[in-house]
Amino acid sequence: MGVGLSLHSYLGKVWAIIVKDVVAEFRTREMISAMLVFSVLALLIFSFALDLRGAMARAAAPGVLWATVAFSGTLGLSRSLAREQQNGCIDGLLLAPMDRSAIFFGKALGNLAFMVVVEIMLLPLFSALFNVPLLRIGVLGVTALGTTGYAAVGTLLAAIAVNTRAREVMLPVLLLPLVVPLLIAAVKTTGGLIEGGTLAELGGWVRLLVAYDLIIVAVSMLTFGYVVEE
Amino acid sequence: MKRSGQDWWGIALAVLSGAAIVIALTMVFVYAPREATMGDVQRIFYFHVSSAWVGFLAFFVTFLAGIGYLARRERRWDIVAVSSVEIGVTFITMAIITGSLWARPAWGTYWTWEPRLTISAVQLLIYVSYVMLRAAIEGPERRARFAAVYGIVAFVTVPLSWFAIRWWRTIHPDVLTSGEGMALTSRMVQTLLFSVGAFTLLYVTLLRQRIRLEQATDVLLYLRARIRDL
Repeated sequence: MGVGLSLHSYLGKVWAIIVKDVVAEFRTREMISAMLVFSVLALLIFSFALDLRGAMARAAAPGVLWATVAFSGTLGLSRSLAREQQNGCIDGLLLAPMDRSAIFFGKALGNLAFMVVVEIMLLPLFSALFNVPLLRIGVLGVTALGTTGYAAVGTLLAAIAVNTRAREVMLPVLLLPLVVPLLIAAVKTTGGLIEGGTLAELGGWVRLLVAYDLIIVAVSMLTFGYVVEE
Repeated sequence: MKRSGQDWWGIALAVLSGAAIVIALTMVFVYAPREATMGDVQRIFYFHVSSAWVGFLAFFVTFLAGIGYLARRERRWDIVAVSSVEIGVTFITMAIITGSLWARPAWGTYWTWEPRLTISAVQLLIYVSYVMLRAAIEGPERRARFAAVYGIVAFVTVPLSWFAIRWWRTIHPDVLTSGEGMALTSRMVQTLLFSVGAFTLLYVTLLRQRIRLEQATDVLLYLRARIRDL
């Protein structure tokens, strides 16, 4: 009973942080709109750079998709944590009587939600523009898995980056080398699914994605408290 | 403050590692037999493997020192972390350069996306980011704390990167696999093991000197602050 209640109140705190971020975003619309416009621009640039038509589009699609998701993700992540910093909101969060990991889960899930919203608009657009079948249950699942790990480690590193002198510049430099295994696995799985493979055939890559998510969420949760402690 | 006398341990370590490197060089060029298919160029292999080993060892030490710092909050753990990471970056760079020099005559190209070479490059980028992160943070306590967190998260991704990059390449098997069948004679194995040992000794020597340098910097900063206060 006691355990159930404390879990309930823990989740309530996580939920409150997510709601706060969603409301703030709904009022300003600065993050999602920037991420979305950036994503469309990235698609445009890729299509010029790689001449994405026919077979070429099919072959390059997984790479283009994940590069776009990764780059637009860094945009949203640094904004999300910079917002906490700017008006001293993070101090309020730290003063609130709750575990630091609740702040981490709240921020990470909020960032995950924003990235998913952008992806929900990006995937159909991508499918239509390049005539690649991305709206499949498998591709959606892989996108969810890949985005989860990315948002988790990205939230931790964005909290570090906003406290450095270089700020926004620092985040991609810190984040991108650490998501190399995630991006490789996500690109490979997405590519396999586009070519008509099943999730069972791509089991190794899917397991790697799941392992990355579990390990990185655990480590980020454990270390996040040390980043925001002052 | 202790008067700086002769650092006998440092001198002994330097002489020992110098001698070990000379012996290792002799073994590489005289004792080890000429490799049948690749010829003399294969001799770079001994120092190549040793450099890569020291690189990964150094990053592992930084990982442990990061955990030590977060647990104890003592400056000496951070000194070990920063000292080890700089040596690691140097040696992993040497591993990549020797790998390229070897790849040119063996495979006809300076760079191949061979798994071990690729993962070394990813590690190099991660720890160059680590050094950049340290440079961008004000305040020694915060710098130590953030660097410890990044060192831990970064090292956790190493095994994941390893799996991802290995599978990424084996799905498109290329000619490189033929080079893997290099049969090592017992003299070659002895030379390799001795080189790895010599490089490890060199690592310990360098780490000790680098730690002393960092300590001397701390003392200097402390004295400077005291003079200013007079």
